[in-house]
Amino acid sequence: MTRVLRKTAARSFLLLAGALFSACSTTGAPAGGAAEPKIESGSRSVTMPWREGDAWASTYRPLPSTAVFITNATVLTAAGERIPQGRILLRDGAIAAVGDATLEAPADATVLDASGKWVTPGVIDAHSHLGVYPSPGVEGLSNGNEMTDPNTAEVWAEHAVWPQDPQFPLALAGGVTTIQILPGSANLFGGRGVTVKNVPARSAYAMKFPGAPQALKMACGENPMRLYGGRNRAPSTRMGNVAGYRAAWLKADKYRRDWQEYAEKVGRGDGEAKKPERDLELDTLAGVLAGDILVQNHCYRADEMITMIDVAKEMGYRIAAFHHAVEAYKIADVLAKETICADVWADWWGFKMEAFDGIRENAALVHKAGGCAVIHSDDAEGIQRLNQEAAKAMAAGNEMGMNLREEDAIRWITINPAKSAGIAEKTGSLEKGKMADVVIWSGNPFSVYSRPEKVFIDGALVFDRDDPGKNPATDFSVGLAGAGVTR
Amino acid sequence: MRAVAILIACAFALAPARAETIAITGARIHTMGPRGTIENGTLVIRDGKIESVAAGGGVPAGARRIDATGKIVTPGLFNSRTSLGIVEVSAVEGTGDASVEDDRITAAFDVAYAINPRSTLIPVNRVDGLTRAIVAPQPGESLIAGEGAVIHLGTGDDLLVARRVAMFAVLGERGAGLSGGARGAAILRLREALQDAADYAANRRAFDAGERRPYALSRLDLEALVPVVRGERPIVIHVNRASDIESALGLARELGLRLILSGVDEGWMVAEKIAAAGVPVLMNPMNNLPSSFETIGATLENAARLRRAGVTVAFATGDSHNARNIRQAAGNAVAYGMPWEEALAAMTSVPARIWGIAESYGTLEPGKDADVVIWRGDPLEPTTFADAVFIRGEQMPM
Repeated sequence: MTRVLRKTAARSFLLLAGALFSACSTTGAPAGGAAEPKIESGSRSVTMPWREGDAWASTYRPLPSTAVFITNATVLTAAGERIPQGRILLRDGAIAAVGDATLEAPADATVLDASGKWVTPGVIDAHSHLGVYPSPGVEGLSNGNEMTDPNTAEVWAEHAVWPQDPQFPLALAGGVTTIQILPGSANLFGGRGVTVKNVPARSAYAMKFPGAPQALKMACGENPMRLYGGRNRAPSTRMGNVAGYRAAWLKADKYRRDWQEYAEKVGRGDGEAKKPERDLELDTLAGVLAGDILVQNHCYRADEMITMIDVAKEMGYRIAAFHHAVEAYKIADVLAKETICADVWADWWGFKMEAFDGIRENAALVHKAGGCAVIHSDDAEGIQRLNQEAAKAMAAGNEMGMNLREEDAIRWITINPAKSAGIAEKTGSLEKGKMADVVIWSGNPFSVYSRPEKVFIDGALVFDRDDPGKNPATDFSVGLAGAGVTR
Repeated sequence: MRAVAILIACAFALAPARAETIAITGARIHTMGPRGTIENGTLVIRDGKIESVAAGGGVPAGARRIDATGKIVTPGLFNSRTSLGIVEVSAVEGTGDASVEDDRITAAFDVAYAINPRSTLIPVNRVDGLTRAIVAPQPGESLIAGEGAVIHLGTGDDLLVARRVAMFAVLGERGAGLSGGARGAAILRLREALQDAADYAANRRAFDAGERRPYALSRLDLEALVPVVRGERPIVIHVNRASDIESALGLARELGLRLILSGVDEGWMVAEKIAAAGVPVLMNPMNNLPSSFETIGATLENAARLRRAGVTVAFATGDSHNARNIRQAAGNAVAYGMPWEEALAAMTSVPARIWGIAESYGTLEPGKDADVVIWRGDPLEPTTFADAVFIRGEQMPM
């Protein structure tokens, strides 16, 4: 996991980072309260309460796979130039080799001749509500927004993800192998998001991307102020929004310092060290301050993004990405300098005041400034064709004179969202050693006519258009007239 | 869009209004008419109309020539469900005129009164080759939403091509919700409204004299429904679930209505019945989510399956700000089995016939309005841009 190291003096993290003891064990809450980090008698170590803990650890296991050697394809690695007669070896769940026509097939691998086809890394959607706003969109399943307080940093999307959402296999048929599922944008602090592998599973934890950081969903702009203002409570304005963030971060800072002081005392063997009270909301915020949890900040307007950058600097945390960022193009230089990704749509605009200045050249202009451009969906239909959305964004950039090629645009739906979600070292590009999350497309993925033919996740063939009977279908679809496997 | 206008270089000089004579030469021209596709074609525009379309045709004296060698020419595209012209920013209520909360103005509600020719959505969408659209009402307090219009996306003070082209209504879950919570009630309300309109039409004098039984609708609404019950004006009913489609077909048969179906996400499941009834459909080929219990059967193959069963299909995406993305929707329909020509027809010649404007739009034939688009490549590829867009003979600023 990529940890963002917080550049601050003094505090020693040695005592804290070791995680020698399982934290947050929740096998049956002790009488009278929430589970607490375990401290064994005689130990000198405390695991910070904002860590996920073993109780919520990923139980994901790659599906069974055999070695596969894909040949003769146009390969977009998302890490450089395309390989025209490219070859890739998938073995033991990883990319064992990537090369041109000189790469030889090992004897034990199944050879897949992909002549005329294109191969890319698995598509990654960095902004989705699959599972928490599933289909059907009925009240009993709508779990994306805990719309009961502007600060619900204590809730976790993974506690609400419905693995039987039929939208998952539909996204898989669109080539999507990894999904960052976030709470919605009703609140200033929406809660923790989770990154998942797009595999059939009985629980969200069996989908959880191993080693991925959790996210904190934040939202600026119209949504929180409209929702809570409409209920006659704060925030009802953008200034109320910002006061809300800042007040929360101050509390979180104190919480974090209290726990660190406690841990230091324990480490020194101070028997009188008094354990601070646990607070689930402050856990999440402190986790951001500690660099464990990545901030995914829904924010449309350029001036607001700058305000949020200032809040982050004042309070000592980083923003991993702005989401939607409809006006990112106006501050592309700032976003590049701050290394904040802009997770955007290809062309959505005009549905709210803060989206009025949306343009199709947005992603391309972010890219041009040297920034991290990501095409996201925030939509169960859009997630199925992120390749087409990236195509539109690429074409718009070329229309204004850039010279964008497929090598550039593929990054916007693979390695860049991986960066945005903190998993870029593990997946997002076709490089030796990375997870074998791979898509074979029927043609150039930026053509509307191209469709994923085979989708591999950790080397396992999870979707095969030529073998529809074997493709995943969720329990919900079973027995419903007209419902099918992926279409 | 302001920013787009700044950022995108203008490749073609602005043409003076519709008096210009233009000859587009060397193109593959998809006429969408009986002459089919013409290679190396010349299309001449004069006085806002198509004067001629011919293979290797000559350039008239005094005409401005546009060399479209290697390019593709099609009619301007038509999106059969939008709120273009009657919405600016969706979340800003005052800018939206698609629905009304008034139980005395339902069927009579006419979107045409609100169309704003200077809406920012118009130039944004037309540079992508969208030249015509249905502006449809949304239901307010009744399952009968009101009457829609056809607009063009050109310049000038009046975008209206035809008003009151059809009545719009919804059944299914939404209609039920507007009728007290059950589908059965919705059917009764709709039937009652139409029966009352028929009675009103036959007894107007008595009504005016106050000597007729009370009706369920206001006078304005009854007036608006008269052409519908007479079968003179179509009624568009929005339904998705297969059984709701069958309900709508049954009601239309019972009351002699000219039915157009909208939505039909499960249309493929009853495609033969739709075809047998001769009812055209307006649908979004990209709808494939089981987003409600009415759309469990939604599939990307819907458009292809409907066409194979002989159903008349026009595309309608329901998007206004990105009504232009109808091309992408069409491309997806083709990717999932619909023939390319039929997908293009679903955005040109087919809606022209459905909406009764085929005399002046929908194909590239002499005498029709010059809604013409020159594309750099396949118009169904979202990466293709239009080089030039003509609406009623006037070249649009890009």
